[in-house]
Amino acid sequence: MTTVPSPTDVDPAGAAADGGARRARVDDGDAAGLGRWRATGFVAPAMLVIAVFLVFPAVWTLYLGLTNWRLTGLAAAEPEFVGTENYTDALSDPAFRNSLVLTLAFVFFSAIIGQSVLGFALAWTARRLRPAVRSVLETVVLLAWIIPASVVAFLWLALLDRREGTLNALLGSDGTAWLLEYPMQSIIVFNIWNGTAFSMLLFSSALASVPPSQFETARMAGAGTFATLRDVVLPNIRGHILTNTLLITLWTFNVFAPYLITAGGPQGRTEILGIYIYRVALRDGALGQGAALSLIMIIINLIVASVYLRLLRERRS
Amino acid sequence: MTVRQSLGVIGRYVFAGFVFVFFALPLLWLLTAPFDAAPSVQVSLPDFTLQNFRTLWDNPYAMRSLGNSVLIAAGTMAITLVLAALASYALSRVRIPGRDTLLYLLLLLSSIVTGTAAMVPTFLLMTELGLIDRQLGVVLVLTGGLLPTAIFILKDFMDSTPRSYEESARVFGASSLQILRHVVVPIARPGLATIAVWAVVQVWGNFLVPFILLRSPDRQPAAVVMFTFYTEGGQPNLALISTFSLLFSIPVVVMYLFVNRRYGFRFHGGIKR
Repeated sequence: MTTVPSPTDVDPAGAAADGGARRARVDDGDAAGLGRWRATGFVAPAMLVIAVFLVFPAVWTLYLGLTNWRLTGLAAAEPEFVGTENYTDALSDPAFRNSLVLTLAFVFFSAIIGQSVLGFALAWTARRLRPAVRSVLETVVLLAWIIPASVVAFLWLALLDRREGTLNALLGSDGTAWLLEYPMQSIIVFNIWNGTAFSMLLFSSALASVPPSQFETARMAGAGTFATLRDVVLPNIRGHILTNTLLITLWTFNVFAPYLITAGGPQGRTEILGIYIYRVALRDGALGQGAALSLIMIIINLIVASVYLRLLRERRS
Repeated sequence: MTVRQSLGVIGRYVFAGFVFVFFALPLLWLLTAPFDAAPSVQVSLPDFTLQNFRTLWDNPYAMRSLGNSVLIAAGTMAITLVLAALASYALSRVRIPGRDTLLYLLLLLSSIVTGTAAMVPTFLLMTELGLIDRQLGVVLVLTGGLLPTAIFILKDFMDSTPRSYEESARVFGASSLQILRHVVVPIARPGLATIAVWAVVQVWGNFLVPFILLRSPDRQPAAVVMFTFYTEGGQPNLALISTFSLLFSIPVVVMYLFVNRRYGFRFHGGIKR
């Protein structure tokens, strides 16, 4: 494509295309002499895969949500344009509103309250435990996070089993069907158990970044735990708290693992948004309707993620 | 030590104890049941046997699905690694117009177009492309989701590698691809290893994508087959489920321990989603 330039040469293509190329290349140290064209060639395959399998589905959803596309039958062969019907249908559907409320409760109680508070408490406590105790504690929290979802889901089914479950055996609450009587509470506790590791790790590194001299000063001034947390820790880790809240909100909103435990039941009482979309689109076959719901979900993700990325960008620059 | 301090110590250990029980209790079953001659869903001291692993070995779906998991994970990891290495190297060394905006836009996209949110368009796209029930389809969808983060992390890594070797290689007439292969890759090896492990961990446990895209049991990975084992009708075969769970979990646990010991956990917008 271009002739092989000697190290002192400026890449001809780059120079011809843009007079600023020389300066830019010195800044970036294009030591391998890639030049702009070859660099584009290096980037292109990755961009192609991203464009087809990530960008296109997202954009296509805009169109799909306006059709009556179905999994089987006539509307599968020739889907029709139905305008905003899917959206008005969704908004007037009690199952959708039920799902939204459940999702809000799920994210609020399991992530924003549960994982953040427990994760912080763990990070705070672990600093002053003996190293061996600390490492055992952190390992078991991490295991809950890294073991595949379909395995941990069964572990919880076994724990909560009505007749022989370990929990009923321990509590002496024989015959309590936790997943039928307290389905939402069960998946909230499950998700706290499943995801706290991230908050713990993030807050551990946040606490490690607080200058020790400030803790020392607080101790000298006779500040109690509460005062230390409020006046020393909080001002230092405010950014981490925000990062943690936004990330776990985004992830928990997109969680699908509860499906493996309750499949949305009993009677839709654990049908959080991801599970609801799965039922409408892939089990009941209303793909157009499901696409409209997908778009709603992507837009909510977009709002949370853009706040996070704006913060990240400010901090890096 | 004052009374208040001792109370503090006691409080800390009591809290740590409670949290430990909360997290360890569900996991215990994974340690007892696989070795129990008569496994039930309850945690109990096992009547030790290795017979359950025989049951696992004899099940045609279990072992094949683990093979499928390896195939899908290895394929996704390989494509992600090669494409991300090429792209991040170029983005690190050459100022392509709008580079920084592009990187942030990609990161934004990969965090909003998740498997859950985009399951409908992804399913339809794969149907139209004729990639339903093919492992290649799963690999491509997963690769698309992992690439932005992989490029982002690797670019940071490439930025911090020295350039002087590349200059000398070039003086000796090496082509760009040769420089990448023989000079840059060896230097960037720790970064590439991190991305490789991260990609495998992401894919290994992924349930939703293969669940919606693969139909035939003989093509499904362990994550999906595991789910079928305990949801299909009849009495679940606990000898099979417990040993399968254990075998299926070990690789990610080992990889995490490896990464943890070697590099420690670092935050690049989340190593696991």
